[in-house]
Amino acid sequence: MDDLQIIAEKIVSQAKPDEQIEAFIAWDEETSIRVYNRGIENLSQSQSSGVGIRVVSDQRQGFAWAGTLEPSAIEFALSEARDNAKFATQDEYLGLGIPDGVEPQNLDLWQEDLANHSTEEKVSLALELEEAVRKSDKRITSIESANYGDVRSIASVLTSTGLSATFKQTFSYISAHAIATQGQETQTGGGYSVGRTLGELDLQKAASDASIRATRMLGATKPSSSRLTVIFDPQVATTLLAIIGSTLSGEAVLKGRSLFADRLAEKVASDVVTLVDDPTNPNAFGASVYDAEGYASRQTTLISDGILNGFLYDTYSSRRAGVNSTASATRGGFASTPGVGARALLLSPGDKSQSELISSIENGVLVQSISGVHSGVNPISGDFSVGAEGLQIRSGTIGAPIKEFTIASSLQKMLQDIVAVGNDLEWIPSVAAGVSIVVEGISVSGA
Amino acid sequence: MISNDLVQKVLASAVARGGEFAEIFVEDKKTSSASLDDGKVEELSSGISRGAGIRVVVGDTTGFAHTADLSESGLLKAAEAARSVALSAQGGIKAVQVGPPDIYSARSLTINPSQIGKREKIHLLERMDNAARSTSGSIRQVSAGYGDSYRQILVANTDGVFATDQQVRTRIAVSTIAFGDTGMQTGYETAAYTMGYEMFDDVVVEELARMAAERAVRKLSARPAPSGILPVVLKGGSGGILFHEACGHGLEADHIVKDSSVYKGKIGELVASPLITLVDDGTVNQQWGTANIDDEGKPSQRNVLIENGVLTDYMWDGLRARKSHRSSSGNGRRQSYQHLPMVRMTNTYLLEGSETPESLISNTDHGIYVARLGGGQVNTATGDFVFGMTEAYLIENGQITHPLRDANLIGNGPDVLKKIDGVASDFSITPGTCGKDGQSVPVGCGQATLRITGVTIGGTANG
Repeated sequence: MDDLQIIAEKIVSQAKPDEQIEAFIAWDEETSIRVYNRGIENLSQSQSSGVGIRVVSDQRQGFAWAGTLEPSAIEFALSEARDNAKFATQDEYLGLGIPDGVEPQNLDLWQEDLANHSTEEKVSLALELEEAVRKSDKRITSIESANYGDVRSIASVLTSTGLSATFKQTFSYISAHAIATQGQETQTGGGYSVGRTLGELDLQKAASDASIRATRMLGATKPSSSRLTVIFDPQVATTLLAIIGSTLSGEAVLKGRSLFADRLAEKVASDVVTLVDDPTNPNAFGASVYDAEGYASRQTTLISDGILNGFLYDTYSSRRAGVNSTASATRGGFASTPGVGARALLLSPGDKSQSELISSIENGVLVQSISGVHSGVNPISGDFSVGAEGLQIRSGTIGAPIKEFTIASSLQKMLQDIVAVGNDLEWIPSVAAGVSIVVEGISVSGA
Repeated sequence: MISNDLVQKVLASAVARGGEFAEIFVEDKKTSSASLDDGKVEELSSGISRGAGIRVVVGDTTGFAHTADLSESGLLKAAEAARSVALSAQGGIKAVQVGPPDIYSARSLTINPSQIGKREKIHLLERMDNAARSTSGSIRQVSAGYGDSYRQILVANTDGVFATDQQVRTRIAVSTIAFGDTGMQTGYETAAYTMGYEMFDDVVVEELARMAAERAVRKLSARPAPSGILPVVLKGGSGGILFHEACGHGLEADHIVKDSSVYKGKIGELVASPLITLVDDGTVNQQWGTANIDDEGKPSQRNVLIENGVLTDYMWDGLRARKSHRSSSGNGRRQSYQHLPMVRMTNTYLLEGSETPESLISNTDHGIYVARLGGGQVNTATGDFVFGMTEAYLIENGQITHPLRDANLIGNGPDVLKKIDGVASDFSITPGTCGKDGQSVPVGCGQATLRITGVTIGGTANG
């Protein structure tokens, strides 16, 4: 979209000599379809756009946004951002980024093909998914929803200090939520598939995942409380890695909010842990040519063989810490300022499959889903306690399903207690890739 | 916001190809916020968003489109996109007439936040920063946030609803970090109301900051929470979220009609301890989940969901009510004009009982006193829930003793409701944000101190 660039240029060109301006302009077009009981429940198609303007002047920063690109709204946002800056605290490290010479990688994140598919075709896909889930298992008694969605999004960030970036990406996804019943008991499960366009979606996998996840907990019981070895499914490991990533933000370190603040070059995890953030990997859902401030994305090694190697930084935190930016600025959209965050975490895989890992566990649990992560994991204290469901492991063999228990430890301890990583790397729509992880000494709390 | 003529024109266009219901929802929202972190006024932000969402219902299908373009051509284009689901439909509504709108004004707006200088709003944050830091030398970090929003909505539909409302919300929050030999601990406190800046006539921000600071400091000497099933005394206020999650979501009619609630088919049955009366009430003075009308134009009302343990009703939005041939209970809400409304809670609370918090504690031999619950999550189909305890203590021999580190509680909603054996009379409501299907809306949760005979505590220590 050249239009976005033009609008951005018009905003940024108004920078006064003693002022820096950043314009972030986003546009997207979304389709979302929900089917239920062999018919369309909802169909929604819309475009939206907006602008976020950051002004730095006299070492103070202000921000404002508008959910439209109407000239009067843009004018409002610029004048409010300028006014807001007057009230902020002066900070010598504030300022927009300047080009650092790192070349952007060419990533193919936009599939023109997505625009070629009709709404009818998308509706059919959702209906087909619903039917596939329905037929997958007799115990599936209803399908709460089957969905198709896609989004084409373009964003431009331009600064008066010389950074300029345009991001284009497409996503297409299907998902289904199934309900399984056996006697008086009900369980639920979901499955999905995500790609850059329709052709990349795996309908059978989405359907069978929903079906398996809904039925596998039927007959589950509450386990007794004990301390044992846990193997996390790749899907669950993704969530854990995303939390670990948030504790490795340079901003959290500077503000005394990171568990790992004073631990650079120390052993913070077991030897099998090597953790890298690499948004230049096109397989990652968080892949992006640039970060949210317009720096070219790059690879950052956070933990190497258990040794803490570094943190993630955006422009402000890197200047304040006196290091180079790792191009780790992220933003939730045009209505918020950038923050620091991981985008494509990858825990180096090991050489064993999940079943090989399980075969070496005497007494343990395969954790297939966790809940209450926001309330139960404190990334500052490290306290970790979440609800879990999964399968019992006895003498290296998978046993009965168990539910309504919690698993607890601390983030610090869990990192040290990782004894193996699987070879089953899976790219999941998250800031981290999934892979099976075996952790010892977890407290299971049940009956 | 837009003229009556245009409202009529858009509705007529929306049903031009058939369909039995169409609606236009126009929203104009201005927000302002400020944050202080690390001793610095880090960010002031202002934002505006304005647009309309149009939906058309044809049989079991809803077509929806939204636009930020409120001109006649922009709205008609959105109406056309929304009605695309009606291409093959027959019949529907032929004529659309709208009368004059019902005009509602803000619940409480003695002082419009937009009239307050930015300096003064920042000063609130500075006062909280000072108060938190002066509470204890262990407080190492403080972040504080202020926000206000001014939302005007217009809703009109082919059933004859035509209403406008003005919704003003103001909030403040503070987070602290205490540092000691045992590492770092956190504390949080917030106040939020559906009212203007006059909120600060009653809310003493230093008090919030002191509570958040003390919460973090106390946890420095906390023990790991136990593991296993124990009796729990839940302090009044934030504990209300347990009933919002463990039970409220399962009483939303969209889950009922889709068979994804454990409460389906249970009207008239005893589903909770007879001590329990659960209400969802969008009319409670200036609480966070309060509004004059819901986002479908239906006036808010007080709905009794469970009375003395017996399930009396579910919560309904217009769409689900229409299909069940009844009226909406005023629970049709949406995050913004870009979202479809669905069944949502407003302020959900348990009515108070007659005991005292002290007697509930002293009658507990060995258990947990939860003074503040954090967020939670529920699977409505199974009733299984988890919640974070962010301030909790051990109860030993009827006395509150040691503070405990953060941990989750896990249980099953229908099961816990039956295990409540005492409710006190110290009722209060706390604000929260409820997420469902990707949409967030402000809600209130309330309860008086109560006791649950047994819940699984997800700690690491032996119970």
